Amino acid sequence: MPQNPFPAMPGRSSMNRRLFLTTTGALSLGAALTACGGGDSGGSTGSGKAVARADIDKAMRTPTELTFWTWVPNIEDEVALFEKKYPAIKVKVVNAGQGTPQYTKLRTALKAGSGAPDLVQIEYQAIPTFTITDSLLDLRPYGASALKSTFVDWTWGQVSGSDGEVWAIPQDTGPMGMLYRQDIFDKHGIDVPGTWEEFAAAARKLHKADPDVYLTNLAANQVAAWHGLLWQAGAKPYVTSGRSDITISVDDATSRKLGEYWGGLAREGVIGVEPDFTDSWYAALNKGKYATWITAAWGPVFLSGSAKATAGKWRAAPLPQWDAAKPSSGNWGGSTTAVIRSTKNPVAAAVFAQFLNTDPASAKMFATEQFFFPATKALLTDAEFVADAPSFYGGQKVNQVFADISSTVNASFQWPPFLDQAATDWTETVGKSLADKSDTLRALGTWQSRLTSYAKNQGFTVKGS
Amino acid sequence: MNRQRAAGPLFVAPFMVLFLLLFLAPLGYAAYLSLFQERLIGGTAFVGLDNYTQALSDPQFLHGIGRVALFFVIQVPVMLLLALAFALALDSGLLRLARVVRLGIFVPYAVPSVVAALMWGYLYGPDFGPFAQLGRSLSLPVPDFLGDGWMLASLANIVTWEFVGYNMIILYAALRTVPEELYEAAAVDGAGAWRIAWSIKLPALRPALMLTLLFSVIGSFQLFNEPKLLMTIAPDVISSSYTANLYAYTLAFTGQQVNYAATVSFLLGLVIVIASYAVLLTANRRRTP
Repeated sequence: MPQNPFPAMPGRSSMNRRLFLTTTGALSLGAALTACGGGDSGGSTGSGKAVARADIDKAMRTPTELTFWTWVPNIEDEVALFEKKYPAIKVKVVNAGQGTPQYTKLRTALKAGSGAPDLVQIEYQAIPTFTITDSLLDLRPYGASALKSTFVDWTWGQVSGSDGEVWAIPQDTGPMGMLYRQDIFDKHGIDVPGTWEEFAAAARKLHKADPDVYLTNLAANQVAAWHGLLWQAGAKPYVTSGRSDITISVDDATSRKLGEYWGGLAREGVIGVEPDFTDSWYAALNKGKYATWITAAWGPVFLSGSAKATAGKWRAAPLPQWDAAKPSSGNWGGSTTAVIRSTKNPVAAAVFAQFLNTDPASAKMFATEQFFFPATKALLTDAEFVADAPSFYGGQKVNQVFADISSTVNASFQWPPFLDQAATDWTETVGKSLADKSDTLRALGTWQSRLTSYAKNQGFTVKGS
Repeated sequence: MNRQRAAGPLFVAPFMVLFLLLFLAPLGYAAYLSLFQERLIGGTAFVGLDNYTQALSDPQFLHGIGRVALFFVIQVPVMLLLALAFALALDSGLLRLARVVRLGIFVPYAVPSVVAALMWGYLYGPDFGPFAQLGRSLSLPVPDFLGDGWMLASLANIVTWEFVGYNMIILYAALRTVPEELYEAAAVDGAGAWRIAWSIKLPALRPALMLTLLFSVIGSFQLFNEPKLLMTIAPDVISSSYTANLYAYTLAFTGQQVNYAATVSFLLGLVIVIASYAVLLTANRRRTP
């Protein structure tokens, strides 16, 4: 499943020099709340009237306990900042599993009608699967609309509904880039590929020169990476309009271009296709079987903890491009904070979600303690943040590389309201074709038809298929 | 009613309550759920037996059942014969360090199946797994344990390793209940060790063997943990409907098709009842030639 593989936080020690000293570029939650005090929710269709400032103040002084499901390690530190500012509110942090296991528990609790928390950590791609069941609270009445300019542009599209609802507050992101082994590139005289064409040529050249080494691994189980590459290529695999209309085009021209490209490289045998985040894959990275890892902004810290044997040999670069003149990227991973609609304390929960991710001290703590890649514009331009030059990457300013990539992420990518199904179907069709070195284009067609019949079966009106 | 007659129902009551709450109630609920269809768009509708007709012609469900049936036919005899051999060997008193051996065979059962599957996943690894490395260093071909052709055998190996000890303990305990006098009498009559094993021990083991066989029917058809865990390292081989139980899980938690999942589970339960009954019937028929 696509998820931010952050639980182990292996890279803590290697990156602890990365400390911020200033709070410049700070955002103020107070400002956000004031902005909505006038009564305009900021949303165009005005579903839900703005909650008055006085009511918010009152709620924040009323003793309340919030339950917050999250898998972020040591998030109690950020929570403490909130509790210090609002002593009446206590936040109970519960780790209900990471990603899918948590969503499964949440779904069960929602269905049972009891046991659901007030707030949850939720990844961008999972938001539609919870809005389709009306499980999330629209945060506009609590001033969330005013936070739009605070966050990187594309993230706001990810948390917004079709009528302008704000379903969640961005927490961290994963703009995609490429980590590569400088030493292997040097040894075989390979330049950092700027285009996918150059990348393919390099893959052939490298594998020919050393049959034990592959330029990269496209994991046959990692639909999130595939979605990220689709995203980069400008594909719109899932477009929803209204509540029940969906256009599924996982087999359109852009997808087929990707299918032909990656399927071709897999069949030629010049790239690896083994499942990622497995023992074998970690060993492969440590032993130099792969010369690049196509990953996201959380990748550098993750890798420095998982491939210690290769310290100092890695560098970061943007993804190779389809059109070098118009650099673009996709996103893989990252989370948000959402409020569950059934909460009895919507005000306190909504204020907490906003505080957690926009309070300068809290947001900074995510970047320095949990090494999350920021979702706020302020942190992405924070001098201290982008100047970090870890020795694992030979002193390269890795954060700067990914901060630059972040601004090239396509803003219009949408997720389907049944992502889990899409992911499973991908693994069993497209992923399988990569692993088996069989026809990827045909697999794309099967993926399309499986998803289409699933969507129809679930009552959706499926268009354009 | 006298006190003794009142005591009977009282003793049975705790079991009946739990049986009702933990077995019959969920079963009834699953049966009820299986008559509906809930959609993401459009809510829930009563569909009668539609889910059942769909499942009976659903290739994913049928392949899953077929696969576990094959698994049962191959894995269970191997496992039970091994368990039997170990139990007889331990009981013979000829083994040195019998206690250590007994514990050693039983220990894998104490290893959580999650850990076991992860461990075997590493051992089976095609690049850095010890078998692969050994094979490469000796220039011998190593089977692709995690490939299409070998996966079922690899799973069978894990399950065998996990449960041989468990079954051995059951059989061994049954052997210990055979009165010593029988052995002495047989020895006086001139029977050797093999003859004693064949004519005294094996018949004495029949009820215990039936028990282990029934457990194995249920275990095989419900196969879930091991394929679910190896799925992460062999996603292209183990599909989300690899076994019927895995399919039910996928339907409920990936596809959010709770009703259809209930149908599949209910049918799977039915298959297990039939298979158990068939096994019992076959065994009983053999007993009275």
